[in-house]
Amino acid sequence: MADTFLKEQVRARSIGDWIALPVLIAVIFAAPFFPAVLTSVPNWAILPVSDWVGEGLNWLARDAGVGGVTFADVTRALAAAAEAPIDWLKIVLAEGWVTGAGFNKVQAAPPLSWLGVTLAVALVALRLSGRGLMLLTLVSGLYLALFGLWVLAMTTLASVLLCVVTALVLGLAIGIRAYRSPRTEAFVRAVMNVMQTVPIFSYLLPTLLLFGYGPSAALFATVVYALPPMVHATVLALRSVPQETLELARMTGCSRAQTLWKVELPVAVPRLAIGLNQVVMMTLNMVIIASMIGAGGLGYDVLRALRRLDFGAGFEAGMGIVALAVVLDRLTQAAAHNQSTQAVGLWRRRDTVLALALLIIFTLFSFVIPSLGLWPKDLTLTTAPFWNGAVSFINREFYDPLDAIRTAMLLKVMNPFRDLLLATPWTLIGLLVCFAGYALGGKRAALTVMALLLFIALTGYWEPAMVSVYLTTLAVAIALAIGLPFGIWVSSRPRFHQPVQLVLDTLQTLPTLVYLLPAVMLFRNGDFSALIAVVSYAVAPAVRYGMAGMKHVPSERVEAAAMSGCTPWQTFRFVRLPSAMPTLLLGVNQTVMMALSMLVIAALVGTRELGQEVYTSLTRGEVGPGIVAGLCVACIALIADTLLKSAAARAARHEGDIHA
Amino acid sequence: MLDAKAAASGDSALTRPIALSAEGVWKVFGQQKTLFARRPLSARSPEALAKDGLVGAVQDATFQIAQGEVFVIMGLSGSGKSTLLRCLTRLTESTEGRVFYGDRDIMTLADKELVKLRRTRMGMVFQHFALLPNRTVLSNIAFPLEVQGVARDKAKARALELVETVGLSGREARFPAELSGGQQQRVGIARSLATDPEFWFLDEPFSALDPLIRADLQTEVLRLQKTQTRTVVFVTHDLDEAIRLADRIAIMEGGRIVQIGTPEELVMQPATDYVKRFVAKVSPARVVRVSSLMESSVDATGGAGVSANATISEIARLLISGPEMIPVSAENGRPIGALNRMRALETLAAGA
Repeated sequence: MADTFLKEQVRARSIGDWIALPVLIAVIFAAPFFPAVLTSVPNWAILPVSDWVGEGLNWLARDAGVGGVTFADVTRALAAAAEAPIDWLKIVLAEGWVTGAGFNKVQAAPPLSWLGVTLAVALVALRLSGRGLMLLTLVSGLYLALFGLWVLAMTTLASVLLCVVTALVLGLAIGIRAYRSPRTEAFVRAVMNVMQTVPIFSYLLPTLLLFGYGPSAALFATVVYALPPMVHATVLALRSVPQETLELARMTGCSRAQTLWKVELPVAVPRLAIGLNQVVMMTLNMVIIASMIGAGGLGYDVLRALRRLDFGAGFEAGMGIVALAVVLDRLTQAAAHNQSTQAVGLWRRRDTVLALALLIIFTLFSFVIPSLGLWPKDLTLTTAPFWNGAVSFINREFYDPLDAIRTAMLLKVMNPFRDLLLATPWTLIGLLVCFAGYALGGKRAALTVMALLLFIALTGYWEPAMVSVYLTTLAVAIALAIGLPFGIWVSSRPRFHQPVQLVLDTLQTLPTLVYLLPAVMLFRNGDFSALIAVVSYAVAPAVRYGMAGMKHVPSERVEAAAMSGCTPWQTFRFVRLPSAMPTLLLGVNQTVMMALSMLVIAALVGTRELGQEVYTSLTRGEVGPGIVAGLCVACIALIADTLLKSAAARAARHEGDIHA
Repeated sequence: MLDAKAAASGDSALTRPIALSAEGVWKVFGQQKTLFARRPLSARSPEALAKDGLVGAVQDATFQIAQGEVFVIMGLSGSGKSTLLRCLTRLTESTEGRVFYGDRDIMTLADKELVKLRRTRMGMVFQHFALLPNRTVLSNIAFPLEVQGVARDKAKARALELVETVGLSGREARFPAELSGGQQQRVGIARSLATDPEFWFLDEPFSALDPLIRADLQTEVLRLQKTQTRTVVFVTHDLDEAIRLADRIAIMEGGRIVQIGTPEELVMQPATDYVKRFVAKVSPARVVRVSSLMESSVDATGGAGVSANATISEIARLLISGPEMIPVSAENGRPIGALNRMRALETLAAGA
């Protein structure tokens, strides 16, 4: 009885919204009779945008200049300038001081000893967090050393350190600027929004063109990639400084500089630390990917393994990346946590002395005992044959069931869905999406969505874009189908919270490239492997938001429902779910964003969508198509973002809550 | 009645020089502030302003505060009391009006002069303490000195002195997060006094604290005020607090000051129905002073005298069995009249 009454309420609300439904249905049925112009984007309408972009950038890279100094000279000089600190860090961390070349190569001084570095970092871990993290650091250090990954890992770490410091300084500077001037902020925010949705490969193209193949190009791409979250974190952190604290600064007569350095920044540090953690993780991800344009390090081995299908070596390097990522993440998280809980006095002066002593003593010893400097090659362990064996074993023994799953999925679900999307007239898809935009977010959302759609259509990337949409949609659907129910289930079982949180944190820490390996090992190249990789990457936010949504339901409402005599199901259906809806929709949004960013990486396993277009142009050095295809991915992301954020805002309005 | 008080104590607030005066201060929120300036004073009723899309958060506030006076601005939330305080300190730019510190109008000060005024002559205590979480108690208290470049050891010595004054000795190395709310506000108080300011602004300083701690800190403020008299502007929504601390109270309603007076005046002669409802629960004996009831022409001898400045409830015990006419003396001990016991008892009964 109560059930039907409440359902009526829900229905009454939707009818008003869907008044245009009959019109839409009529258009859908008319679709097969559309003229050709309406079914596929006509050739004459396609603008050669990628040519323009390519020519423009090439002009910039080759001919642009003022008074004899070309732009290229400037960028090459910048690249050379950036190379110096990279080289220095590499000498200290990875390669040691080497004189001479070729056969005359002599190592004049060893790099910092692996044992010294590991122990010093372990000491930091012990002080910042405790024994658990110290143990994790020791194990990770030993793994990297014993498996002969130390030099690669330190090369990666050197790039990460340099990029983080640069991104931190620039991000703070831009963030402070944006915080002070609303106009700058609006501009920066618009740029950042696009930047965060542009696929990772697209950053590599212009830098490759302007700075040339090598570590400094990778550095520039990485810094640009890691800037938006730092700027964003800076603005948010400064905004979080309480009004009263700012008034205090004024009442004590602080100058502008004093207000910034003595009040605003120190008070904002806990939130800045959270931003720093994000920047470190994004930097690591990008540095790994940037091994494509000469960053070197661990990423290169994984890439090579993916290209040669040599899984053993790739898997080892992949685990090395995981080790590095987890330690970096936990350390920065511990630091951020200590900041926000005001835990002080953890690190004393004698710890600094001890850490330096560890570094110096072991490094000095390594003059005498070389294995302290670098683990000797003949003692290096490898599990590559084991993993290769395991993969062949799986392929031998389980080929049939695995292949059956793959084939069934491809033939029954994936291909039909893709074909449907490709066969549907572009105008119809456009109409449906615009209508959804109008229904959810009004005229503004509809116009935004339409402009973005037109960009994709008129640049000539409609078909690969539809392939991207098909893979993303399926991956998101699967990730949500697994993640949301699981998150909701876990949310009511407090003892699972911590372990699940730990697994989620770790999953989100791993650089994207790592996800490809197991998928390819089991299912070989192709769309299905891509789908598996994307789903496993995108499932974490789904679980996370599922948990968060349920957790934030006001307990009073649940109590009110219980006292009104709701069954558990009714409580879920009529109280918990509507209350959590805004958060859940934001979770869907996040899942879509993660899926898209992974999908582009999945181009490495041979998909045929926009990511592939970007990747191919990268390998061929065609700047124009690469950038425009990348912008098309950004358009898809922004369309999804507009629709889902409007839906979330609508749900929040119905709720009468303010959901951030 | 006020004259009687002045005569009795010889030290009424209004006989001292004016330290701070506000003249026609307006703070208006809304898009079209130009329309506001064009309106004559008579056309600035809230309804008229609303037609231009304006809201008067502070409307035509005018008052004078004497040196060493505790002036309490009191009202419910949204009445504009905190905004008025911020107009006085120019934390908020008021839309119109003048605020004089001595003979200087703070609204006309250049940035440099304003900074100097705030650094040397003003101290402020905030509702949520506004302590800097990254600094110790000592370093928080020394902050105003550090900002103006006082030598480190000198600032430290002054801060240590204040740590003692507010009763936090032994806790100077703690961080704010390690202190209770009451202790945190003690740090806030100490910091606001670091520069030994003439003007002390307190913005609902105790409303985030529980009642027992609140009473403690009110006592603390009275004690500090006794040892070193400052000109105090104290904002609160708590009438009991206002009565306990104030020399005079300004009651605000919807952005307008509806009455300014001593606690006794507010209770005995409320100017509007609003004030009347506000003070209805206050027993007159708490605010009526001996000086208001005494007969100065009559001499009384014998028995212990009472101070002219005491409230009736403070001398309640004496009224049980005292003589018909109780001798009254001024602050300096000089006899100045007598109090009719029955009249005092009637006042005591009026609030019961």
